[in-house]
Amino acid sequence: MTLAPEALDQIETHPVDVLVIGAGGAGLRAAIEAKAAGAKVGLVCKSLLGKAHTVMAEGGVAAALAHVDPDDTWQTHFRDTMVGGKLLNNPRMAELHAQESPDRVRELEAWGAVFDRTRDGRILQRPFGGHSHPRLAHVGDRTGLEMIRTLQDRAVAMDVDVFMECTITRLITSGGGGAGVVGAFGYWRTTGAPVLFPAKAVVLATGGIGKAYTVTSNSWEYSGDGHALAYSVGADLIDMEFVQFHPTGMVWPPGVRGLLVTEAVRGEGGILRNRDGKRFMWDYLPEDRRGEYAATDEEAVKWVTAQSEGRLTDARRPPELSTRDNVSRAIYTEVREGRGSPHGGVFLDISYLPAEHVRRKLPSMYEQFKELADVDITTGPMEVGPTTHYVMGGVRVDAETGASTVDGLFAAGEVAGGMHGANRLGGNSLSDLLVFGMRTGAGAAAFAARRTEQAYVDPVQVRDAARELAAPLEQGSAGDGEDPYAIQRDLQDVMQRLVGIFRVERDLQEATAELGRLKARWPGVAVRGGRVFNPGWNLVFELRNLLVVSEAITRSALQRTESRGAHSRIDHPETDQAGWGGRNSVVRRGADGTMEVTTTGLPKMPDALRLLLGTAH
Amino acid sequence: MIETNAPVEPRALVAAPGGEATAAGETPGTSIAHLRIFRGEPGIPSRYDAFDVPVEEGMVVLDALHWVQGNRAPDLAVRWNCKAAKCGSCSAEVNGRPRLTCKTRLTDFDLAEPITVEPMRAFPLIRDLVTDVSWNYAVNRSIEPFTPPMDVPQADWRWQQEDIERVQEFRKCIECFLCQDVCHVLRNHETERPFMGPRFLVRTAGLEMHPIDQADRRRYLKDAGGVGYCNITKCCTEVCPEHIKITDNAIIPLKERVADEFYDPIQWAWRKLRGQPDAPVRTELPVLPAGPMAAAPRASAPESAPPTTLPEPEATLPTTPKRASTRAKRPRRRSDAGGKTPSEG
Repeated sequence: MTLAPEALDQIETHPVDVLVIGAGGAGLRAAIEAKAAGAKVGLVCKSLLGKAHTVMAEGGVAAALAHVDPDDTWQTHFRDTMVGGKLLNNPRMAELHAQESPDRVRELEAWGAVFDRTRDGRILQRPFGGHSHPRLAHVGDRTGLEMIRTLQDRAVAMDVDVFMECTITRLITSGGGGAGVVGAFGYWRTTGAPVLFPAKAVVLATGGIGKAYTVTSNSWEYSGDGHALAYSVGADLIDMEFVQFHPTGMVWPPGVRGLLVTEAVRGEGGILRNRDGKRFMWDYLPEDRRGEYAATDEEAVKWVTAQSEGRLTDARRPPELSTRDNVSRAIYTEVREGRGSPHGGVFLDISYLPAEHVRRKLPSMYEQFKELADVDITTGPMEVGPTTHYVMGGVRVDAETGASTVDGLFAAGEVAGGMHGANRLGGNSLSDLLVFGMRTGAGAAAFAARRTEQAYVDPVQVRDAARELAAPLEQGSAGDGEDPYAIQRDLQDVMQRLVGIFRVERDLQEATAELGRLKARWPGVAVRGGRVFNPGWNLVFELRNLLVVSEAITRSALQRTESRGAHSRIDHPETDQAGWGGRNSVVRRGADGTMEVTTTGLPKMPDALRLLLGTAH
Repeated sequence: MIETNAPVEPRALVAAPGGEATAAGETPGTSIAHLRIFRGEPGIPSRYDAFDVPVEEGMVVLDALHWVQGNRAPDLAVRWNCKAAKCGSCSAEVNGRPRLTCKTRLTDFDLAEPITVEPMRAFPLIRDLVTDVSWNYAVNRSIEPFTPPMDVPQADWRWQQEDIERVQEFRKCIECFLCQDVCHVLRNHETERPFMGPRFLVRTAGLEMHPIDQADRRRYLKDAGGVGYCNITKCCTEVCPEHIKITDNAIIPLKERVADEFYDPIQWAWRKLRGQPDAPVRTELPVLPAGPMAAAPRASAPESAPPTTLPEPEATLPTTPKRASTRAKRPRRRSDAGGKTPSEG
């Protein structure tokens, strides 16, 4: 099986017009669009088709369909998104997202998705944190499964070529400085054989970075592959300090610590309490938004009752539906100050609602707690705490086409930055991946159509990639070296301990030094076993990517000397609008191979959009 | 409210027939699970490796496999993703029963006995606990996709929640393929399979019962899909982690639709009178193992690759599993792939 590095013609090669890396919602939607535009499309994924992280999305997809509240419009969706993102969002992306998500949701229905219904037989929408109207189209609490299956079936029906269980380890560039991307190199996990994809355009749709942390709702696949691949060829990453800690992950038992508890629990009326039984979210509402939330328990109950009956109400929403950054900080603070639950979380209670209603609206939460924690959520509270969930930062892209700052390289979904600013609203990721998956698929196909021939693939780069691929196994058979699992545990510990919800300069400096030491250990990594489905071997390359994104997060967090959205600095607790408002952090690979960290100004917002923000700006 | 010291989940305290509730008295956190894990790949002799894994509260089999990967055997091949029973990747056979390892609690077993973890037997082995499930993806491609009406604008589509609840049940499927694994029709036909299997009857039912789908898949179900092969033993329903009533709600109604169309004497006579010929079968199910996704060549699975044959564990499992669980009353399948599956009627 070992490949002689010079024998390049032995490498299995699949030339395509558009190569999509990642088969979650964004990758599938991009592949469908590129295929519809007439491109020859290859869709590569590390797992089996249909297992990507989108499958775990629960609560719903945000779109101003106005089925439940006729007053909802794209303009209010735009405003909620910008306010939730602390005005750091790319305004054009937020605009396109708000305008186009209703059509993208209807399109799913036309492709066979079966959303829950309103009484008049249309797509039902549920309320969610930070959304001023009930806006999330959903299927119970398994919306992501419905979306990925629908997109998967559509892609299969269109005959998109799918390369399952294939890991991309390198992008191939056309050589020289500032060169474009002309393909990708990887290997089949099922055989260990290398594979080369010459491509006129490459779309990154690899999702997020959760595996940089110990406690995360993300699966093993979320190792920042696309972020690191883009960085390696000189593309800009923006806003990397903004990592979303979802307020409600499971905290017990240990094996499921971090597992997501959908925000839909709060959307359906779930109440957060501390160990003293106090409903603490009242104390954490930001002063300037307090007026949007219920003032009393009675008003909150009135709102919940109306929601469950599908009625409009003049009652305001419960305080638990504050934005995720705020609820996470609140829970963290309650636990740190000694008011947490027995296993280090707080209580989330939906059991005051009729059991049948809870089981119908939250079936997989009911199952999850019953099967994994022996808790019946219809009779008692859940224990929950913050968990690393999503990265707002990512590859800097053009709003219209998803093009990165490197020729031939595109990005969509979580791996792309800009759409969500400093904090993402729940439900906006599923709509993001539909809107920008489609735009990026179209953008990449159009770019590929302009490149009339397949570019020359540099054999030196391919040989280096093949050598790099084989190195950990060779070091393993030589018998010494570092265990990748051990380095990963140390990395996760550093990030969890020093670059978590609350940050301070001293910790971030320490993390930077620790990451430097971990990076130095990586080349000595050694893997036992063969090439066939060897998870330790696969981890080596994910680890390299995690080291890149962890450094990017830490350095960006160090640079931003203010608190905004998901980025909270203990030593800089205020939002510094004069110094940091409208400035994105930028990370790129410098000419000497070290990481450069700078800032750039946000794209200017047209006055028409600025007016929509009202008093918020 | 959770009690930190709750020793074991209540169901583990109920003694299985012929067994005793040995797990009950042990202190969690100090006990050890004895895992016997199938190791091997096609072409080389396989074996069972034993690992002693420290048990934490609430631990599931997948946690134990991860502990082995992280501490003893970094190359142990396991497929998994979400660890939350939402993606259906971590399917395996635990003490002979097809299960999602991410929701199989160690406390479901008598920890004094070894816990044997093996790959799904109905699919060709890749390595250790990972099998080649690409046949399923190929079958999926043969199903006619959702076909909405052309003459009704989408803005006018309306359907009530109660009209779609059945379809939503089918769409809960996470494609873990445990139902395919347990299906004796698929097990008995190792390569040329005349039957699409429960998973794809569920998918087809979701399309056929969609309120506005226009396609007619009855001939496909009868001929290529082989719906007649199912003899309603309900093994698939029993192993479904999503609790989809596969047999009662999907397969039997599809069988009835096929019977009404092709075996109803009045319909038959009517067709004869009208002179309507039976359309030729256009779709055929793929053959194992040469049926991966079109563009996913498998260098390790040449066409001559032998079908999955797992050796029996050296020490045969007890005929009545000594497991402190009330679930032990599930009919046990025979451990050879060709065995009869017990019928529940």
